[in-house]
Amino acid sequence: MPVSTAPRPPHPTDADDPPQRKLYRSADGRMLGGVARGLAGHLGLPVVWVRLAFLGLFMWGDGLGVLLYAAFWVFVPLGVGGRTGHRSFFETLPDGTRRLRKPDRGQITALIALCIGAGIFISKVQLGGTSGRYVWPTLLVGAGVVLVWRQADNARRAHWGAAAGRNARLLQIARGFAGVALVGVGLTVFIVVRGSAAQLGNVLTAALAVLVGIALLAGPWLIRMTQDLSEERLMRIRAQERAEVAAHVHDSVLHTLTLIQRNAEDVGEVRRLARAQERELRNWLYKPEGTGKDEAEEPTTLAEAVKKTAADVEDHHGVPIEVVVVGDCPLDERLGAQIQAAREAMVNAAKYGGDGGPVQVYAEVEGQTVFVSVRDRGPGFDIDAVPDDRMGVRESIIGRMQRNGGTARLRSAPDGGTEVELEMERAANAA
Amino acid sequence: MTEETTGAAPVGRHVRVVLVDDHRMFRTGVQAEIGETARTGVEVVGEAADVDQAVTVITATRPEVVLLDVHLPGGGGVEVLRRCAPLMAAAENPVRFLALSVSDAAEDVIGVIRGGARGYVTKTITGTDLVNSVFRVQEGDAVFSPRLAGFVLDAFASTDAPPVDEDLDRLTQREREVLRLIARGYAYKEIAKQLFISVKTVESHVSAVLRKLQLSNRHELTRWATARRLV
Repeated sequence: MPVSTAPRPPHPTDADDPPQRKLYRSADGRMLGGVARGLAGHLGLPVVWVRLAFLGLFMWGDGLGVLLYAAFWVFVPLGVGGRTGHRSFFETLPDGTRRLRKPDRGQITALIALCIGAGIFISKVQLGGTSGRYVWPTLLVGAGVVLVWRQADNARRAHWGAAAGRNARLLQIARGFAGVALVGVGLTVFIVVRGSAAQLGNVLTAALAVLVGIALLAGPWLIRMTQDLSEERLMRIRAQERAEVAAHVHDSVLHTLTLIQRNAEDVGEVRRLARAQERELRNWLYKPEGTGKDEAEEPTTLAEAVKKTAADVEDHHGVPIEVVVVGDCPLDERLGAQIQAAREAMVNAAKYGGDGGPVQVYAEVEGQTVFVSVRDRGPGFDIDAVPDDRMGVRESIIGRMQRNGGTARLRSAPDGGTEVELEMERAANAA
Repeated sequence: MTEETTGAAPVGRHVRVVLVDDHRMFRTGVQAEIGETARTGVEVVGEAADVDQAVTVITATRPEVVLLDVHLPGGGGVEVLRRCAPLMAAAENPVRFLALSVSDAAEDVIGVIRGGARGYVTKTITGTDLVNSVFRVQEGDAVFSPRLAGFVLDAFASTDAPPVDEDLDRLTQREREVLRLIARGYAYKEIAKQLFISVKTVESHVSAVLRKLQLSNRHELTRWATARRLV
């Protein structure tokens, strides 16, 4: 139930100011319920003023302040109020790490003020007198209620932010329990003080019976409601994901189809476009978690690197390259050299052996050994027949592998074509 | 995928095939490429575009080989396999399935194999290779594309988990070698030359792997661990 009678903002609205500001309780930078901060943001006043005003009402308003605050807390929805822009609970330091945001000065001031106010309030009420018997339980109950309500706010906020860690969740549960316990203790004290201790058993039994009855009546309904809610949330997330993939895929597919129509005479170009589009689609559809990496990103594992290299060569030379990778491991310097050598082998295969069908690339990680083979079905070639001054294969494939402690073998495949086998031990410090 | 390219089918070879695919364009293309019976020996006796149709057509025509798309409306290729299980297990003229897909997802591929398909090829396969694969499946052998071989090697990779059933949960050294060569793009004939064994022996190794794939209870296989193993 947002308060709809929004007063005019104290200054002419900026272009980026929302035209109608609703009253929200602030989700961050708050002490209790975020009422003061929300109000401050809404009225355009410094938050300290609002807090002081509330404090005054707490102490000299004969409970009016408490009532007002509680009413605001219950009826004003939690939102991002009193802040321009959303501030998260965490802040990102210059070095990229995240840590809990330190409370700001205003919060600390408010906390101290609140403690002082509470002290004055308690000292005003005569403790130990007849009325004093009710003050402590009331305070306990109040504290408990505050805790539980704050907890409810936090639960609501958790849906906006990142999922809380385990510790945070434990803390939440502990808070909720503490709140309930406080309320329980307060109420019990209330009853014990008012009635006699002898009746406590009866009262507790009765209360328990009522609670169990309520749980039995409302339980199934509550459970069903939470299930429906979570299911609905799941569906929404799925739909969002689908929409995202669809949007990404549609554009690039349509774009490619246009290009294919425009280049219909150029067979090589059409083939290249179609292959590139196919790769991108596969990347999107079959990557785990559906998050296809763009090919522009730097690969970090062997499988990614091999696929990316093959994609580059494929695009450049217009010869289809089939890639099969078994196992995977992080890249290191030696494997980088191996990928470079594999790239040379793929280029050769595409240039000289691409007419016999697709080039077949196979990479396998087995323990500490990484094996890559590149084979084509072209006419094959004899390395000894290559003159010494032609350094291509000898330097860029065999030499590069040997310098990095690996081996390279070139040979003619059994039924025609050439095969390059590259073997490399991973760096010892690799995990 | 690369297979022996023998051109036309040997004289006297004949196989009755049903095409199951929800894309009419693709069915027409396959029909044009392999359906010329006089040249290829393949006779397309029926077509279907979804699961229910497929089951009806297969039951009515009793083909020897079904070319089965992995993604189908009504439950996918796996559902067709499930409902045709009695036909597959028949002692007389069993119906055999060859999965055909554009998919690259390991769980799709391994799913249809575990469902009972005798092989898996991608739709980019040439007409000649497809004809050869169909005859191979007709004879009861298995057809592995390089990609499928890669998936299987990944699935049977050495893990710390002890095998539940020693015979089914491990690949022998020889089977591993054969799979590796398939993954590297070798045809069966080339594998035979490379390992100094007969083509028949290669086929029996591949069939053994297929059997393990269908019967193993290894959790990697049953859970379809699609994430790559980071060693």
